[in-house]
Amino acid sequence: MSMSEEIDSGRRDLLTYATIGAGVVASGAAVWPMIDQMNPSADVLSLSVLRVDVSGVEVGTQLTVKWRGKPVFIRRRTEADIALGRSIALNELVDPVARNANIARTADAADGNRTIDAAGEWLVMMGVCTHLGCVPLGDAGDFGGWFCPCHGSHYDSAGRIRKGPAPENLPVPVSKFVDDTTIQLGENV
Amino acid sequence: MAGIPHDHYEPSTRAEQWLDDRLPIVGLAHATMTIPTPKNLNWMWIWGIILAFTLALQIVTGIILAMHYTPHVAMAFESVEHIMRDVNGGWAMRYLHANGASLFFLAVYLHIFRGLYYGSYKSPREVTWIIGMLIYLAMMATAFMGYVLPWGQMSFWGATVITGLFGAIPGIGESLQTWLLGGPAVDNATLNRFFSLHYLLPFVIAALVITHIWAFHTTGNGNPTGVEVRRTSKADAEKDTLPFWPYFVIKDFFALAVILVVFFAVVGFMPNYLGHPDNYTPANPLVTPSHIVPEWYFLPFYAILRAFTADVLIVQITDFLTFGIVDAKFFGVLAMFGSIAVMALAPWLDTSRVRSGRYRPMFKWWFAVLCVDFVVLTWVGSMPTTGIYPTISLYAAYYWFGYFLIVLPVLGLIEKPLPEPATIEEDFKSHYATPAE
Amino acid sequence: MFRKIAISAVSALTLAAGAATAETAEIHIHDVAFGFEGPFGKFDQNQLQRGLQVYTEVCSACHGMKYVPIRSLSEAGGPGLTDQQVRDYAEAFTVLDEASNHQLFDQDKGEYRPLKPSDNFPVNNTIGAPDLSLMAKARAGFHGPYGSGLNQLFKGMGGPEYIAAILNGYTETPACAPADFPNYYNSAFAPGGYPDECKIFEETVTEVTNPDGTVTTRTDKVEVGRMAPGSWIQMPPPLMDDQVTFADGSPATVEAMSHDAAAFLMWAAEPKLMARKQMGFVAVLMLTILSVLLYLTNKQLWSRVKVKKTHA
Repeated sequence: MSMSEEIDSGRRDLLTYATIGAGVVASGAAVWPMIDQMNPSADVLSLSVLRVDVSGVEVGTQLTVKWRGKPVFIRRRTEADIALGRSIALNELVDPVARNANIARTADAADGNRTIDAAGEWLVMMGVCTHLGCVPLGDAGDFGGWFCPCHGSHYDSAGRIRKGPAPENLPVPVSKFVDDTTIQLGENV
Repeated sequence: MAGIPHDHYEPSTRAEQWLDDRLPIVGLAHATMTIPTPKNLNWMWIWGIILAFTLALQIVTGIILAMHYTPHVAMAFESVEHIMRDVNGGWAMRYLHANGASLFFLAVYLHIFRGLYYGSYKSPREVTWIIGMLIYLAMMATAFMGYVLPWGQMSFWGATVITGLFGAIPGIGESLQTWLLGGPAVDNATLNRFFSLHYLLPFVIAALVITHIWAFHTTGNGNPTGVEVRRTSKADAEKDTLPFWPYFVIKDFFALAVILVVFFAVVGFMPNYLGHPDNYTPANPLVTPSHIVPEWYFLPFYAILRAFTADVLIVQITDFLTFGIVDAKFFGVLAMFGSIAVMALAPWLDTSRVRSGRYRPMFKWWFAVLCVDFVVLTWVGSMPTTGIYPTISLYAAYYWFGYFLIVLPVLGLIEKPLPEPATIEEDFKSHYATPAE
Repeated sequence: MFRKIAISAVSALTLAAGAATAETAEIHIHDVAFGFEGPFGKFDQNQLQRGLQVYTEVCSACHGMKYVPIRSLSEAGGPGLTDQQVRDYAEAFTVLDEASNHQLFDQDKGEYRPLKPSDNFPVNNTIGAPDLSLMAKARAGFHGPYGSGLNQLFKGMGGPEYIAAILNGYTETPACAPADFPNYYNSAFAPGGYPDECKIFEETVTEVTNPDGTVTTRTDKVEVGRMAPGSWIQMPPPLMDDQVTFADGSPATVEAMSHDAAAFLMWAAEPKLMARKQMGFVAVLMLTILSVLLYLTNKQLWSRVKVKKTHA
């Protein structure tokens, strides 16, 4: 039996295991930063939280802002919009789930679960059609809300899909009022 | 591998046999890892592993940096700051890469000087030596172009000065320089091509490294005695050697870990010590820094470049003999490249039949002076060209050429070497006792 | 005592040492015991906040800091402002040089918008003063001996010390200088203008035989030294005692403010300094353990092949 075979197949004592262990730990510690460097950098993350001044948004108008590379609709709804949205029974909806990142995932798509304020005035949602990603047009369509010109999806005054190929309601992103006139999109990490 | 008799890989299962018939890759890995290695290798034989590790480190951190870097004159400096401030762990990647270059050159110089002392360049290892010199040249080109990428003041002016060397070549110099730079001066075109080549060359180096290893696995390793491993029988060979795995792998890993302690202390506690403060000022083509110095690892050759000024007699004679074609500027360039060329020619310049400096009583002293000479050249390369310094550089440069062109050929003829051991085993036994078991 | 060794910054900065400058009045850059130096050094958060205040109230009038993101004021290892403080700070920051900060121009409104935390500090080119983002790394305070840079091994690069030395360097103008010599005398600033009246010349007189046979003398002047260290800098003395009022009640002497500003600029140049030193410490510790284990493994492995020869 040659020396090398003895080392390879022979007893491995505590020292060998400790050395291998330390080597693995050191290599692992070196590898992690090399993976982590591909995660979003600090400048990218700093743009993932956007504060929007909504003091200039009149009732019945909409502000579109770009956030994380996509359009976000911030709609200040009229009394008529709110009444229309609340008059719809849940069984009339194509997608019965709220799609609101601020509440439980299973919450239903009642009008009150779509807005970020209790009064139901402020509707904040991604301006990206859930069908193939076009940007829907405001104040259009058959349901007093949005209409996607690409393949004819109709959304109502609460941004819920009512007709057309789109499968889901327009999603409500993480958003909240941080003071009376400022909405913050996204969360500090 | 050819050469020293040893056990070969035998496929033990049908699956292994199947693969071996189609691609003998396991056998190749086996032969590479178990190559019979002279058992008397000392601690100067660790630099190869350090170099292999550093090449891998530079390639990995370099690829990572390239993911975040922008090779454009308007954004290069800013993108480096982006790496330093915003990218997760980006500062670590950049400092590892920048100081990794210094580790690379430190190790390669020790590796080369080990070869010069123990006569590793001598027959039959000339090809290994020549490939090594090519690797060294490729390393210099890569390091130089990499230093330009941060687009600081020293990047810009270093590139200007060094590419100016090519302008010294008579006749074609100016068009060659313009071709290299992609314009009349260092600018965006230069930065872009340097980035491209800085990314490409490390892979050329990696290929050369594989060839380098292939070559010395064919001839077998050298060793401190310079006496060859016995090839008369497998039994004889085994008395002189031990398999690379595990004996030398573990030994080399230990050395690597110790070197890395020092390396990480530099990266963690003084990462800018080897750099130049001026490179934290963005490149400005209108203002030259007060003093342009290359990175430390280029200083010996930079000193030789500057040593041969127009008032040196040999320069004047050359100028006269070539009708002014080889003027002082071009002479300096020739001297700089010549200083590496004479090193590459060492296998043919050295006339001694004894490989190892250990058995060459006169050689030892000349070699020691060469080591001091190299340090002096490094130091004087960073000094201004006033006062006593030009004289020091000139004599240091003379010694460098003298060592290779005069000392090595003459010494082999006049020196009376000490007796060498008959075998590696004999040398080993004279140093160590055999275990009792 | 060791930390007070002065070095010749004239000879080192220009590296034009040698016989000619032997008599030059030397620039003294004193080592300052900053808390962030050494392997375990840490930024003093209060000092960084004071330095930020000095930058904001004094330096930023002329100097930009375009590579430093304002958001980083709240990052770990920095001045440690809260997110709200950073937002307020950004909004309150006056951009003096709008023309150099096109990124702040709001196309829709047709006007420059206020800063946001995600912006960098603005560029300021109003009078051409250098950007301060990397100043603490772009200058070295310590060089020698003989340009070897060995002093930096023991004292660090000395960028912050250099900044402090410049801010404290506005000493009395040497009497030799003419009253109308432009700019301001600074005893720590090397590359500025220097009046001939303060230079020491060595004159050599040579006899010259003219073509017409007459013999005249020619006088050559070679500068061999200077009467006062430093040179004349464009920047007027920026700091006066009690120029700013620190919230934490720290003294606002020129020296104290210069140290705070230097520390802040070190952070601005190297915001990850503390993370880096921590990594260095962990890596050195881990690799030392690994080295010891590998040493023992190697020794055990080779003990089957060789043992130390016992000399009888």
